Amino acid sequence: MYKELMKSIREYKRDSILSPIFVSLEVLMECIIPFITANLVNQIKVGCEFKVIAIYGVVLIVMAGLSLLFGALAGSAAATASTGFARNLRKDLFYKIQTYSFENIDKFSTPSLVTRMTTDITNVQNAYMMIIRVAVRCPLMLVFSFAMAFIMGGRMATIFLIVVPILGIGLFLVIRKVMPLFKKVFHKYDVLNNSIQENVKGMRVVKSFVREDYEKKKFEVAAADVCNDFTRAEKILAINNPLMQFCLYVVMVFVLSFGSYTIITSRGLDLDVGQFSSLLTYSFQILSSLMMVSMVFVMITMASESTHRIVEILREKSSLASPENALTEVKDGSIDFDHVSFKYSKKAKRMALSNIDLHIRSGETIGIIGGTGSSKSSLIQLIPRLYDATEGVVKVGGVDVRKYDIEALRNQVAVVLQKNVLFSGTIKENLRWGNKEATDEELIEACQLAQADEFISKFPQGYNTYIEQGGSNVSGGQKQRLCIARALLKKPKILILDDSTSAVDTKTDALIRKAFRSYIPETTKIIIAQRISSVEDADRIIVMENGFINAIGTHEQLLKENKIYQEVYTSQNKAGDQDA
Amino acid sequence: MHNQKKPKKQRTLLRIFKTVFQFYPVALPAVLICIVFSAVVSSMPSIFMQNIIAEVEKTWQTGDWASASGTILFYVGLLVVFYVLALISAFTFTRMMAVITQGTLKKLRVKMFNGMQNLPIRFFDTNNHGDIMSYYTNDIDTLRQMISQSFPQLLISVVTILTIFGIMLYYSVWLMLVVVIGIILMTLITKRIGGNSARYFIKQQQSLGKVEGFVEEIMNGQKVVKVFCHEEETEADFDKVNDILFENSRHANRYANMLAPILNNVGNVLYVFVALAGGLLLLSGAPNLSFSGLAFSISIAVPFLNMTKQFAGSITQVSQQINAVVMGLAGAERIFSLCDQQPEDDNGYVTLVNAKEQDGKLVECKERTHLWAWKHPHSADGSVSYTKLMGRVELFDVDFGYTPEKTVLHNITIYAEPGQKVAFVGATGAGKTTITNLINRFYDIADGKIRYDGININKIKKADLRRSMGIVLQDTNLFTGTVMDNIRYGRLDATDEECIDAAKLAGAHDFIVRLPNGYDTPLSGNGSNLSQGQCQLLAIARAAVADPPVMILDEATSSIDTRTEAIVQRGMDALMKGRTVFVIAHRLSTVKNADVIMVLENGRIIERGNHEKLLAEKGKYYQLYTGAFELE
Repeated sequence: MYKELMKSIREYKRDSILSPIFVSLEVLMECIIPFITANLVNQIKVGCEFKVIAIYGVVLIVMAGLSLLFGALAGSAAATASTGFARNLRKDLFYKIQTYSFENIDKFSTPSLVTRMTTDITNVQNAYMMIIRVAVRCPLMLVFSFAMAFIMGGRMATIFLIVVPILGIGLFLVIRKVMPLFKKVFHKYDVLNNSIQENVKGMRVVKSFVREDYEKKKFEVAAADVCNDFTRAEKILAINNPLMQFCLYVVMVFVLSFGSYTIITSRGLDLDVGQFSSLLTYSFQILSSLMMVSMVFVMITMASESTHRIVEILREKSSLASPENALTEVKDGSIDFDHVSFKYSKKAKRMALSNIDLHIRSGETIGIIGGTGSSKSSLIQLIPRLYDATEGVVKVGGVDVRKYDIEALRNQVAVVLQKNVLFSGTIKENLRWGNKEATDEELIEACQLAQADEFISKFPQGYNTYIEQGGSNVSGGQKQRLCIARALLKKPKILILDDSTSAVDTKTDALIRKAFRSYIPETTKIIIAQRISSVEDADRIIVMENGFINAIGTHEQLLKENKIYQEVYTSQNKAGDQDA
Repeated sequence: MHNQKKPKKQRTLLRIFKTVFQFYPVALPAVLICIVFSAVVSSMPSIFMQNIIAEVEKTWQTGDWASASGTILFYVGLLVVFYVLALISAFTFTRMMAVITQGTLKKLRVKMFNGMQNLPIRFFDTNNHGDIMSYYTNDIDTLRQMISQSFPQLLISVVTILTIFGIMLYYSVWLMLVVVIGIILMTLITKRIGGNSARYFIKQQQSLGKVEGFVEEIMNGQKVVKVFCHEEETEADFDKVNDILFENSRHANRYANMLAPILNNVGNVLYVFVALAGGLLLLSGAPNLSFSGLAFSISIAVPFLNMTKQFAGSITQVSQQINAVVMGLAGAERIFSLCDQQPEDDNGYVTLVNAKEQDGKLVECKERTHLWAWKHPHSADGSVSYTKLMGRVELFDVDFGYTPEKTVLHNITIYAEPGQKVAFVGATGAGKTTITNLINRFYDIADGKIRYDGININKIKKADLRRSMGIVLQDTNLFTGTVMDNIRYGRLDATDEECIDAAKLAGAHDFIVRLPNGYDTPLSGNGSNLSQGQCQLLAIARAAVADPPVMILDEATSSIDTRTEAIVQRGMDALMKGRTVFVIAHRLSTVKNADVIMVLENGRIIERGNHEKLLAEKGKYYQLYTGAFELE
């Protein structure tokens, strides 16, 4: 799992290696300094000349300077390495998601992807910084301090051999107990935040059903649950600090009592006062290193959940890819469905489309009508290869869609999706999604076709009007027309409108279709609609029902022969109104 | 600017303490005492050390352990006592701190959430939802760090510094002065580097927010990106925001990482200077100045050096908390700003009660009678009158604008008689939804009057006003839970049978039973496993189970095919018999059978009447309606 993450280190390898090297040098300095100060103390004690103290002082200051330098360099390298790693990771994740097919996208919700790219990566970044700084520092510190303690204190240092394992085992037990708790609580925390999001989004519903108190109660329970688990985990974790202090105190008491005894009985031969005080320094260093090691463990374990979630994205294989030697030319706008069946996931029991056999000529206008859930959208999504057919073959321009280069295919098959979005940016910028190089004249032309030019020109800033995120500052109908214009700019051979004029009034809707007929007659047009009026002038109309094609025919034929079509028609034009 | 900021930060800090204190009036002082005690106790041992070393100093040349052991063991014993006390207080305060931190966070969350429930819809309309979310995630997280770690650490450090300061004065003022110079230097460094670090950490948070916003927008439109093969452009845009985040967080972390080694080593240098000064004092035999009156000796020098280390260590500890404190304060400021939002005001006093008719008079009763009454207390004489809930809604000459500068509704006058179906037709932005927002008082009118069964709606308690109206919106919002839970949201005490009946009425029953677990199928992600049309059917069922006297349908059937809609319509009509319905729809077929159709344009009603009348007038409605047939 970690291997896949490591790939994102790339250009920050140098800093990742430099950081531990500098840290090692810093640690070396930090361990020698008490050794020298011990000697200094001894010199002062025996009443040396001031010159000796001064020399020691100079040496110490130089070492402190070096230690500072190494420390600062290590810190800087670690910062660059970890934030750079995080940057690459975010980039890799984002790029990976861009390769996803619709099927992959369906698997992950937007909030979950956002969390992965922000919070999870920040966790990994912090853990990584810990690793390259502390994970090297602590063991080194332990070894150096141990060595120095033995050099200075001799037998006295054996106390560490007793205390360190006690602390180690204690910390280990705490971590083992606390980790599963943390995992559980983080999950609950996600659920809690999810419920807040639902509440915020659904505030109109909450308020109109007067469910404020109900929501409050629900939230209180969930928040209390999270709080209890968190408190339990942190209470256990709270043992860490006192445990470490306990060990430190044991060492102090031992050194002070047994040390005094040794100094006095050996008349300062086995141990002297200077060594005595540096032993205390080393004991502090040894124990705090252990403490840090345990913290690193906690952080790594916490980050492992995040790592897991990140790697899940990186590992997800795009279910669609362009074949080798892909075709880049789409001959014409003809479409063939040869006995096509389709389901959204392998696990799904029900086929979304069953045995569809359909042949559309280039330049034809096809209307599709059918009830909610009759798989109209599923049908058209197979044409630009947003999904692959489960059985059978879908052909565009007489060739299996799987043989085309995906980008080439999609450039010729423009789909205006049902759940469509505009992005924050000017109208022009949004339109140029369809064609980067489009001139202003081309933009205006496309908007005229989509009946959008009129309202755009009424905006004070015209085509430079800024569209807010999600297109919240234009109306539903205007949004739909902009989306259509954006698709038209591709100058596609096939144009598919998936219920894309539902918010547009009938008259404008008619004008759009009229424009299509006169200006892009050779383009194959497929129009999914709820309104009969949107499809009745199509060359052929397909009636969908439960994933099957129920009937195909012209408006007149269907009105005569097809029961569903008749029902839809009457539901929209009640008897007695037709004379209007 | 700078001067204005400072007191604000202090106010925020003070308010955090106040808030925690309000939540834990006993535990907070207790924990503070524990922390102070623990800090004092753990800096005391240097005194005993000094005594022990002095004793060793005296006797080490003679090697007479027997004579020294008494004093040494006495001090060691005292030391043990202090250590035990320190341990107990440390253990107690860390555990208590865990409880206080988590408890405070929980209470703050609940406080924010509860406050948020009472905010007007305007707040949710004008604030980015991602931004609202980050109060509960990022901001709360920064507070966690600050309360659980920074505060105790700062307190410990301050107490330690003060205690050591005292002990130092006790031993030697001269050496103390050397230390003071060092401290001033360290403070300056902390201020400079730490300040830089904090500045970049704030910038990092801002750019993280940008990345979050960008990713959210793109992920929401990921399918559009795919359809337009726009991956490369999106990637380039992402790189831009990602690189800014990288630069800011690199600087922030760099300064933060460098601060500790710098301070540590300044501490080391300080140590050397203290040693030098000590050596000078020892050698020159200059008179010591101290509160203890002790002469300067090695037994003072050694613990003094240790104290210098501890001192420098404490300052380093303080410096490590700077970022957490700065970010915590920023987070707290935002959290408080949410808590301070003006809640939706409600001066209504007329309430909605269940009623029954007794001897031709309306009487209030507890049980559900499908008959409601407005309970109208009169403050003048203390009497209470009851008005039968009919569902008559009248708007007189109403003007309204979301902002004072821009009026979006002009002179709207509507009479909706009980049982009537009133429809609004017009282009998006014409003000249809706005009118319904006014009727249930999501927004308050600027001018004019709205009466409900003859009562000015400002006099009606908002909760009761809204309870009397069912609303189904175009954007359905379903909640995590089963299908049944979601329907029951309309009326919490509805039985399973009533929910199923409502689903049948709404035409949702058929698809629900085909779901993997029927009514027990769990929904998540706002019903992402259902189609838009299915979501709308559920929303209608939810409103139907509430069985309200007035119903507002705002594009409620826009994603449902017309055949299903016709079925739903029949059910709704049955349900709405004798009740008032407001319908907004693009599809004229949806509104055709309305009693009154209002045609809106630019916030004004330009035509009104029933279908036949409007057609006969050959106005805007006629154009709209015939637009569909123009091509025949």
